[in-house]
Amino acid sequence: MTERTAGATPRRTSLMQLDARTKSRNAAEARFKAYGLGAITIALLALAMLMFSIFSTGSSAFRQTYATFEMMLPAETLDPKGNRDPAEMAKVTTIGYQNVLRGGLIEAVRSAGIVPDGVADSDITGILSPEAAADLRNRVLANPELVGTVVDIDALAHGRIDGYFKGRVTMQSAERDGNITPQRLQLAQAMTDNGLMAIRFNWGFVTKPDASDQRPEAAGLGVAILGSLYMMLVVLVLAVPIGVAASIYLEEFAPKNRWVDVIEVNISNLAAVPSIVFGILGLAIFINFAHLPQSAPIVGGLVLTLMTVPTIIISTRAALKAVPPSIRDAALGIGASRMQSVFHHVLPLAMPGILTGTILGLAQALGETAPLLLIGMVAFVRDYPDAPPAGLFDPASALPVQIYNWTQRADPAFVERASGAIIVLLAFLLVMNAIAIILRRRFERRW
Amino acid sequence: MSFMKITASGLAITVACAAAASAQSRDQVQVAGSSTVLPYATIVAESFGENFDFPTPVVQSGGSSAGLQQFCQGIGENTPDIANSSRLIRESEIATCAENGVTDIMHVQIGYDGIVFASDINGPEFAFTPADIYKGLAAQLVVDGELVANPNTTWNEVNPDLPEQPIIAFIPGTKHGTREVFEEKVLAAGCEESGAMEEITAMSDEDTAEAACVATRTDGRSVDIDGDYTETLARIQSDSNGIGVFGLSFYENNMNTLQVATMSGVVPSTETIASGEYPVSRPLQFYVKKAHIGVIPGLKEFVEFFVSDDMAGPNGPLAAYGLVSDPELAATQAAVEAEETM
Repeated sequence: MTERTAGATPRRTSLMQLDARTKSRNAAEARFKAYGLGAITIALLALAMLMFSIFSTGSSAFRQTYATFEMMLPAETLDPKGNRDPAEMAKVTTIGYQNVLRGGLIEAVRSAGIVPDGVADSDITGILSPEAAADLRNRVLANPELVGTVVDIDALAHGRIDGYFKGRVTMQSAERDGNITPQRLQLAQAMTDNGLMAIRFNWGFVTKPDASDQRPEAAGLGVAILGSLYMMLVVLVLAVPIGVAASIYLEEFAPKNRWVDVIEVNISNLAAVPSIVFGILGLAIFINFAHLPQSAPIVGGLVLTLMTVPTIIISTRAALKAVPPSIRDAALGIGASRMQSVFHHVLPLAMPGILTGTILGLAQALGETAPLLLIGMVAFVRDYPDAPPAGLFDPASALPVQIYNWTQRADPAFVERASGAIIVLLAFLLVMNAIAIILRRRFERRW
Repeated sequence: MSFMKITASGLAITVACAAAASAQSRDQVQVAGSSTVLPYATIVAESFGENFDFPTPVVQSGGSSAGLQQFCQGIGENTPDIANSSRLIRESEIATCAENGVTDIMHVQIGYDGIVFASDINGPEFAFTPADIYKGLAAQLVVDGELVANPNTTWNEVNPDLPEQPIIAFIPGTKHGTREVFEEKVLAAGCEESGAMEEITAMSDEDTAEAACVATRTDGRSVDIDGDYTETLARIQSDSNGIGVFGLSFYENNMNTLQVATMSGVVPSTETIASGEYPVSRPLQFYVKKAHIGVIPGLKEFVEFFVSDDMAGPNGPLAAYGLVSDPELAATQAAVEAEETM
């Protein structure tokens, strides 16, 4: 050995001048850094593009064109018998209210000094949403005393008029469009100039229910948000106790044998099952076998519970594992039972991890569409569900399903609303993830 | 032990909910089925909810076949009361229904829907005949007495009068009821019109000819769209050479981006479809479980309202949206009134 070292010429190295091998190693490192930077740039660019496309098309859904004017509600048409009895007044349909609105609108336009050029009196209501008549009817039936008085009308403008102010509809496209004429757009422009029409923030987008293809301007997320909320409630009430109890047993009490190994492997497998499979299971068990109603948040919640439980078990077990054994040993050493050591010491310390896992599981469940397709949640639902628990069995929609639904509608105005709904869903997810991060930061302990 | 208490009370609430469920009965009409009928059904459901004391019906979508399958699962509150369909119910489906106890089914035709061919508004205009579509999209054509793979690559090779534009067509996928109409009224009709039907029959037999007539090419020039018309529209917007198959109402809502092709010289419109001049149309209908009438509140009222002149008539909102109203509507109204079953 020594002879060989003595015989070989010593390699000349210098800190100032790098040799070829060091250079190539440094180059490899630089290349790797560049790849990493590139990967992050691509991810950020994709995110930025996604955000840009969603926000540029969707933010306009939060603003809507309204026509505001004053009109007299004629008693002779709305309450012919003069009893102010809502049951009798309900006989006047929305078509009757449409006619009343028309009269008021013509009056308002005339008194503002606008000459509607090329828009006949008979189709002047074409600039208003069909929802306006329904709104007015509900308002009058809720308060019959309004009949015969002068009221402020705050009516949604037609979707195409709204599109015109948002730049989606132009005079050229209106000429080819069967739903609007350039003359009506001119009238809407004149009304805006006179203060009879304006774009403003649209609370209805988050509070109102879905609307049919004929009135995209009235469609809102109210029922979908309630439905998603109810489902999350069901998931929270069911998945957390089941998941936490299962993982405490597996982690702290279960004997280490083959059966427990099989269960563990299968829980991991379950977490990787495509979500549509849970939908099929839900249809077979909850609807066809247990005869639960279709389109109900309870069924959606149960299906999402099945999907979320494995995620919660895995994260809870990781949180329990992270509690050092010395805590358990100390508790047992001063005479606590195993159950006391778990519930008094281990579980409180593992709580932040469990909560984080739970919230992330819920966030995942909130954005899930596929399992809901099969249990009838992809539906047109206009009535708000009741308060829980009874409301859990009423039909409702869900946020991701509403987005899916709107992307399928024919009217181009739904494109903006679908993107708007995505913004709302993202806001929900962001809030949930933020809560998870805050909980972790505040309560996490390191050893 | 607060954790245990929370857990116990949570589970108790759930059990209570489940108990409440079994006691509760459904008070709104449930509708499932065709995505073509969906917009009409939602328009009627919306008006129904506004003007009647009943809750707004819940309308699911998922395609005619999926809807009829759900419909035929049995009688009971967790099955839909109405199945929308853009095609007639099949014998096999009636048999499945009967097996599950769904026997008295009312067939209610609401009107007609036109199927139109439309392309990008900035492209050339098209005037098709069913034979053109057949020759452009069939998998195999008869050339010199032999069946060969479709050699046409541009529309003017099919018919010199058509523009020189590559053949790309977006047609409804097989899960759509529209596909059946497309095959029957366009491909098969074009096959017959061009004389290919006879030639293939002469070469083999009639069954082979019928199958060959409706087989579409698989070389990427004819693309099956399994999604909705919005997907077809998106495909045309990304490939302006594309010709798409749409429902008339969808086209009428997107007239500013699409131009419609004439078929055998007829421009599709509610008028030409009603008169029968425009050849490619099909009836739209829904099926009602008679056993649910009187059990589900508002079911009969909803069905009656759907086919009333105010809704499905020529001046109603459905016609405004693109439905071709049925000249026989009065007969349908009478049949609904009498609860006539199939």
